[in-house]
Amino acid sequence: MSPVPSSMLRIDALRSVYDRLTDRVVITIMGAVAAELQAIGHRPNQFYLQHAMGLASSMGLGVALTRPELSVVVFDGDGSVLMNLGGLTTLARYRPRNLVHVVFDNESLLSVGGFPTATSTGSDITAMAAAAGIPRAVTVRTVDDFVSAFDEAIAAHELTTIVAKVDAKGPAGFVTDLALLENRFEFQRWLKKAGARTTHPAS
Amino acid sequence: MPVSVNHSRLIYDALKECGVGLVSALPETWLVHLIRMAEDDPEMILVRLAKEEEGVGISAGAHLAGTKSAMLMQNHGFLASVNGIVSCAQLYRIPLLMLISHRGEFGERDPWQTEGGGVTEHVLQALRIPFAYLDAPGHVGHRIRKALTLAYSSNKPVALLLCRDLMWEDEGHRD
Repeated sequence: MSPVPSSMLRIDALRSVYDRLTDRVVITIMGAVAAELQAIGHRPNQFYLQHAMGLASSMGLGVALTRPELSVVVFDGDGSVLMNLGGLTTLARYRPRNLVHVVFDNESLLSVGGFPTATSTGSDITAMAAAAGIPRAVTVRTVDDFVSAFDEAIAAHELTTIVAKVDAKGPAGFVTDLALLENRFEFQRWLKKAGARTTHPAS
Repeated sequence: MPVSVNHSRLIYDALKECGVGLVSALPETWLVHLIRMAEDDPEMILVRLAKEEEGVGISAGAHLAGTKSAMLMQNHGFLASVNGIVSCAQLYRIPLLMLISHRGEFGERDPWQTEGGGVTEHVLQALRIPFAYLDAPGHVGHRIRKALTLAYSSNKPVALLLCRDLMWEDEGHRD
């Protein structure tokens, strides 16, 4: 296969949907995604799983299944998905309609030095998600296409994996001034109150 | 199948009485009745896993969203979940109730189960996870209740080891 050049920065993709995240449950992986989303602006509905690679989508599934009235967005990465490929089959098995699974695929383990992952040698997460049974799986390579895919996933009200091919560029550092447990308890309190203010239809 | 239906029912009813609303599971012989009970219960969310570590993330999400959960797994599944337990449940102070079938102890006939039994308690101790044994029907209800009480007061994982004498109906008499 001939490589298609990527022309998207992850932080631009995050910025492009940031206003759409206000009332949704947002769960991210560690590393650049967490640091960049906090740099754009932390909100109490945003939880950053700063370890346990692979389990962000599992956490999203746990929230989505127990709170069908909420809209859940998971920001995952290629390295994390590859550590929990079975999780794609579990997502597909229960296919919560209120979950959008975004995978930022920079084809590398950026935060530990940029070592290439298997998506750099042809492994296709979109195809694996579709083959696992996730009803909607798309690849996007530009910010405009990312925003369209995000909006379509929300409107479709069906489990969707969006693989956003992004450049392997991240912030200078990954540690922020938000303590892990502060984030966790604030997020739990937000979830406790969240039912009343959501506009998302129950599945 | 000599897995005890009655004792599985005791365990399941205790989970229900404690308000558990989500169970994640990977099939294992001793857990078949418990998994079927969860499947047949319209009030229970049963999540069948590909690998047990996923259950740690699912339970963490369920807890933060307001639902009590339990993980059903074999001790080899517990061993496969250790990173998730440490870097999700312990790092983020998630109350996590793990019901672990304690294979590989006295009476074990399957040669492939015999390594896991000998290391399970040591790994639990190394992780500083409080645990107790469920090995007789009389204490099932209150041990599950007390385990959940500690999990929630400490915001930490706890484990109950499901033992052969409880789960395997005729073992005590035959051996």
